Amino acid sequence: MKNSITALLGASAMTLVASAGFAETLTVATVNNGDMIRMQGLMQAFYEAHPDIQVNWVTLEENALRQQVTTDIATGGGQYDVLTIGTYEVPIWGKQGWLVPLDNLSADYDVDDLLPAVRGALSVDDTLFALPFYGESAMIMYRTDLAEKAGIQMPASPTWTDVKAAAKAMTDKDNEIYGICLRGKAGWGENMALLGAMSNSYGARWFDMDWNPQLDSAEWQETVADYLDLMQNYGPPGASSNGFNENLTLFQQGKCGMWIDATVAAGFVTGPDSTVADSVGFAQFPNKEGVDNHGNWLWAWSLAIPASSQKQDAAKTFIEWATSKEYTELVASEQGWRAAPPGTRSSLYENPDYLADAPFAEMTLESMNAVNTQHPSVQDTPYTGAQFVAIPEFQGIGTDVGQQMSAALAGQKSGEEALAEAQTLTDDAMIDAGYK
Amino acid sequence: MARVVTPAQKSINTAAAWVVALIIFFPILWTFLTSFKPEEVAVASPPVFVGFDWTMQNYHDVIAQRGYGSYFWNSVVISVGSTVLGMIIAIPAAWAMAFVHGKRTKDLLMWMLSTKMMPAAGVLVPIYLMGKSLGLIDTRFMLMIVLMLMNLPIIVWMLYTYFREIPGDILEAARMDGANLMSEILYVLTPMAIPGIASTLLLNVILAWNESFWTLNLTTFQAAPLTKFIAGFSSPQGLFYGKLSAASVMAIVPIMVIGWFSQKQLVRGLTFGAVK
Repeated sequence: MKNSITALLGASAMTLVASAGFAETLTVATVNNGDMIRMQGLMQAFYEAHPDIQVNWVTLEENALRQQVTTDIATGGGQYDVLTIGTYEVPIWGKQGWLVPLDNLSADYDVDDLLPAVRGALSVDDTLFALPFYGESAMIMYRTDLAEKAGIQMPASPTWTDVKAAAKAMTDKDNEIYGICLRGKAGWGENMALLGAMSNSYGARWFDMDWNPQLDSAEWQETVADYLDLMQNYGPPGASSNGFNENLTLFQQGKCGMWIDATVAAGFVTGPDSTVADSVGFAQFPNKEGVDNHGNWLWAWSLAIPASSQKQDAAKTFIEWATSKEYTELVASEQGWRAAPPGTRSSLYENPDYLADAPFAEMTLESMNAVNTQHPSVQDTPYTGAQFVAIPEFQGIGTDVGQQMSAALAGQKSGEEALAEAQTLTDDAMIDAGYK
Repeated sequence: MARVVTPAQKSINTAAAWVVALIIFFPILWTFLTSFKPEEVAVASPPVFVGFDWTMQNYHDVIAQRGYGSYFWNSVVISVGSTVLGMIIAIPAAWAMAFVHGKRTKDLLMWMLSTKMMPAAGVLVPIYLMGKSLGLIDTRFMLMIVLMLMNLPIIVWMLYTYFREIPGDILEAARMDGANLMSEILYVLTPMAIPGIASTLLLNVILAWNESFWTLNLTTFQAAPLTKFIAGFSSPQGLFYGKLSAASVMAIVPIMVIGWFSQKQLVRGLTFGAVK
C-alpha cells in the first residue's frame, strides 16, 4: 500500500514537472482599464483551453507603459510577449518593424468581421499589426430630460451651431447645470483629442503637404474660438483641469447637459453608477456646416506582439483568443452583454441581445463607421491619423499645444495668442525633428 | 553670548514649525483619507475632507486585483540589498578619504557627487543594454547593483562627514597596538561611527524603497517592487483615485513606520557636522 502511494505521488510529481517544463509563460504589458481587468478575471477559460500557456500581467500607467515598451522594443530586450497599445502606436511601430505582422491568423478568427475603420487603423500597407481588444469613436451624450425642458430637439447628426444653441438652452448655472462639458486638461490624449477631432470637423489640418504647421489657419482659429466660447459661457467652472474622468463624474452627477467624448463612456453614463442613466440620448459628433467630417475620432486598445518576443506562437494564440467572438460570448455569459468589449467586430452590432442591452450600440457603430484614418481632414494631409497625427513627434507636440489651449481656457491668454504660440512651438519641433 | 528668546518668540516659532510640518505632511494625509473614500467621493468637487462614508473597498479591490506580497518582498530585498552592498564599498572608501586624504580628495568627492547631477534617463539605454546582454533585466540583483551605484555618492559623502569627526589619533593608537587595516576599520572605526552608519543605512533604505525610475524601467514581473504595484492603478478611463491612494498607502506604510521609530537617529544623522 505504502509503495503504491509513493509510486502515485512520484508519478504525479513527474507529471507536474513535465507539464511545467512544457508550459510557456507570456508577459503581457497592459493598461489599467475596466475591460482589461475583466479579462484577467476570466483567464481560467483560456487556461482550460490552453494548459500549456501561462500569462503574467504587468499593469502600468499609460505613459509609463509607452516608455517602458519603447525602451524594450528599441533595445530588443524581449521582456514582453504581448503589448497593449493604441491606434497611435500601431502604424508607427509597425512601419519600424517593431511588431510581428499578423497575416496568418487562424481560419476561425474571422478577420473580416473586424470593423473596417479599426482594421484600417491597425494596418500598415494592408498588413495587420495588432488585434483590437476594444474600440471607440466619439459622440454626443446628452440629457433628454433637460433637452425636453428647454424645448429643443437634438438632431441625430447636429452641427456645431446646433450644439451651441442646445448648450445655451440647457445651461442653468443657478442649479449647477452646465450646457456642455468638454475636455480641458492639457495633454495630447486629453484636450487635444477633443480639439484635434473638433478641428477635423471644422476642416482644419495639423500640417500642409510640406509639413508646415497650420495652427494659424482660419479653420483652427474658428475651432478654438468656438471651443472657448462654448466652454466659457456654458461650461462648468475649472474646466481647464477636466479630463475624461472628471467629465464622466460631472455627467453622472447630472451637472452636464451635453458631453462630447469617447463612445465607451456611453456604457458608464447609462450604468448603475449614473444618477441620470434613464435620460441619456446620443447623437453623432458634430460637424461645421458644409464640412463633411464628423471629427474622425478613433481609438482602439489593441494587442500586438513585439518582434523581440521569443514566444511569438504562444503570444499569437493568446491575442487571437482575447479578441475573438468566443471571448465576447464568454464575457456576455458571465457578466451580461453590456460588459462585452465594444467597437471591434461587426457581428456584435448584429447581435439582437447586445442591441437590446446597449441603447448606445447603434450610434457607436455609426460613429465608428464614419471614421477614415487615411484622410483625417477634408484637406490633403501628409499624415494619417484621427484625433491625433500618427508621427512619433506628436506626443510632444500635442502636449505642448494642449498646454496652450488649457491656458486659454483658464483665461490666461486669448485663443489667438495660444494658437500663435502653438504654431511657433510646433514649427520648432518639426524643424528639430528634421521634417523641414 | 546666547541669544535670548522670549516666550512670545518661542510660541511664534513653534506655530511656524507646525504650519510647515502640516504643509509637508498634507499630501500623505490626503492620500490616506482618499484611500478610504468611495471612488465618486474621491473626485468630488469641492473636495470632501472627512465627512464621508469610510470604506475599506479600495483596499479589498487593490489586493484582489494585484496581490501585495511579492511586490513587498521585492522592495525589501532590493532596498536592503542595495544599501548593504553600498556600505561594503563606501566604508573603506570614506575611510580612505577621511584619514588618508591627499591633494585631490576634495575634487574626487565633488566628482562623485557630480554624477548625481546627470538625469537618469540619459543612461537608461546603455544600462538596459548591459542588463540585457548579461541576462539581468527583471532581476532583483540588477536593481540592487543599479540602485547601489545611484546612491553610492551620497553614502560615501555621509560616511566621510561622520568619519571626519573621529580623531585620527585613536586609529593611530590602534595601529600602534598592532591592528592591521581590516581590524582598524572593523573593530575601531565602525563601532565609533555606529550612529552615523545607522543613519546612512536608514536614509539609503528609504531612498532605494522610494526609487521609481529604475525600478519601473528595469523590471517587468519577477522583480517588480512596490513602485510598480502603485503604477498599475492609474487608469486612462474610469475612476481610480481611491484605489491608487490605497495602493500608495500600502506601499509607504512600512517605510513610514521605520522612519517614525528611527526619526531621532535620522535627524541626528542628517544634521551631524552641520551645527558646530
